[in-house]
Amino acid sequence: MAPTEENADCDPVRGRAPLILGGHDFPSITRAVCDPLERPTPLGWWAFFLPSLGLLGLLGLATGWLFWEGIGIWGLNNPVGWAFDITNFVFWVGIGHAGTLISAILFLLRQRWRTSINRSAEAMTIFAVMCALIFPGIHVGRIWVAYWMLPLPNQMSMWPNFRSPLLWDVFAVSIYGTVSVMFWYVGLVPDLATVRDRARSLLRRRIFGALALGWRGSNRHWQHYERAYLILAGLATPLVLSVHSIVSMDFAVSQLPGWHTTIFPPYFVAGAIFSGFAMVVTLMVITRQAFGMQNLITIRHFENMAKIMIVTGLMVGYAYAMEFFIAWYSGNPYEGFALLNRAFGPYSWAYWIMVSCNVLLPQILWWRKARTNLAILFVMSLVVNVGMWFERFVIIVTSLHRDYLPSSWDYYVPTIWEFLALLGSFGLFFTMFCLFVRFLPIVATAEVKGVLPQADPHHGEERVVLDVSKAPAREATT
Amino acid sequence: MPPLLPPSLPDGPTYGVLARFAGPRELLHACERVRDAGFTRWDAHSPFPVHGLDRAMGLGTSPLPWIVLALGLAGAAGAMLLQWWVHVRAYPLVISGKPLFSWPAFVPVTFEVGVLFGALGAVFGMFGLNRLPMHHHPLFQSATFERVSDDGFFVSIESWDPKFDAQTTTRMLRDLGAVDVELLASS
Repeated sequence: MAPTEENADCDPVRGRAPLILGGHDFPSITRAVCDPLERPTPLGWWAFFLPSLGLLGLLGLATGWLFWEGIGIWGLNNPVGWAFDITNFVFWVGIGHAGTLISAILFLLRQRWRTSINRSAEAMTIFAVMCALIFPGIHVGRIWVAYWMLPLPNQMSMWPNFRSPLLWDVFAVSIYGTVSVMFWYVGLVPDLATVRDRARSLLRRRIFGALALGWRGSNRHWQHYERAYLILAGLATPLVLSVHSIVSMDFAVSQLPGWHTTIFPPYFVAGAIFSGFAMVVTLMVITRQAFGMQNLITIRHFENMAKIMIVTGLMVGYAYAMEFFIAWYSGNPYEGFALLNRAFGPYSWAYWIMVSCNVLLPQILWWRKARTNLAILFVMSLVVNVGMWFERFVIIVTSLHRDYLPSSWDYYVPTIWEFLALLGSFGLFFTMFCLFVRFLPIVATAEVKGVLPQADPHHGEERVVLDVSKAPAREATT
Repeated sequence: MPPLLPPSLPDGPTYGVLARFAGPRELLHACERVRDAGFTRWDAHSPFPVHGLDRAMGLGTSPLPWIVLALGLAGAAGAMLLQWWVHVRAYPLVISGKPLFSWPAFVPVTFEVGVLFGALGAVFGMFGLNRLPMHHHPLFQSATFERVSDDGFFVSIESWDPKFDAQTTTRMLRDLGAVDVELLASS
């Protein structure tokens, strides 16, 4: 793609093509992000919101009937004591991890391209954690004893066991959710002030004024603010790695063949980032199109995300192979049986869906044409999410359904209520995301302004004239 | 009884002078000059943090990391204490033949709670140091100040600065290249 007029204005310091296209300046970025919030609700938004709300209703139905009737409405049997509930939990927690990776880890690594997508990716994290937290809350069907998850004595004066990874998990995921909300809100404050200052109606001014906390862009404030943001990124990075490690210990600490492996923590973290980036791509393709943000969220962003997907996808593929290797190398017959049963037993269909979706099909992302083609990327993101859901299903159900005692072997088939709860969790996720894109600035305007070339106080001084034709022509126009 | 915190706004009828500059470069240079002129009660305002402005304003380093460290360590210590108390004092029960205080198993929760308290310290410490929320401020009287969250770059010098004088300070800011300068009353 030939360099266009927009990217002829290379960053004079680094000589790289700018991150933001379309000749944006400070006010045009404000307008691009805030105008969609201030227009009347477009019809297309209802087309996404109402179906999402309908799915959310299904969640209410599925959980309501569950609380009334108990988990007998699910297809669980004797060896398979948990299946869809925990699969959905691990799936949703994993989705969240990409948001923190983008907001914290890429921030620490000074990947400035993250600024266009970090706000919506962080929102995605929060909504995914909300979806995840439903399942531990409902999975015993007795909502009135959900407080057993808290460090409180129950009605029998028994305390929870802090040696159990299940309790670690409660702490890890709820703290992860809390820290993600705080990180997101801190990032939002300057942009809420932008919406406040543009507001024309009193109600809007009051609401956003209250939320913006009286932010006035003071540099004495920015100084503490930037330090706080850096510290939060530094805290969120080990936190996010610990969360999915601890989730994996729900399985790895048990004695079950197929679960009891040391590779689980890094394997789960890689899988979490893999599926999370797939979900970010899914959401961003739609959001960018719907809001006309092609110049803020560019093909370069998608290409970078596709690269992260192929890296983490290969890690996941390596873990699949290594599980088999260790099963053979350990000489443990139970471990060997569990893995052979996983790939060739009654649930082999699920295993091969997982391998196809997570390892085989994503190899297409080696081609730049595939990474920069939004249609292919969108399909791949859906494929990866299907694959990653099946990964958790395979790990959980295939390891459980044939245990040490062949007389108790059974085949688990989910009922309609488990499917409805899964669909309903997507309803919650998309409902929240629709509300987010309607009412809050979906791009971090303050940060995006900061990566414009003219944000540098030395921009325009001793201008280095660059030969644009030699600059890497990676900015495919849209 | 003295107030809990020192006052954050000047008393008297005048709040100070607000000057708008054309861009980050002009703001940075103006701040260097205001700093060199010896002002102390003044501030710069921008839609995003301008690189190098802390030094141009002569600001010290933020004490926030110490708050985070203290709270993070307190959170971690509290979490370990809670787990010790639950398993040794409140409900001593031998599980899998482990000692009552089997601390390695308590590390994950200790770590997580330490992170939680550190993050709380970062967020509330930052807002506390910034004296936010403060929904009413004399600067919000200015109509042009709305642009601070869009494309406005401002310097404000408060009237309780020992070097402040409504006329000479206004003139100085104009000489530094301010696009428009206004005198703000205390609200």
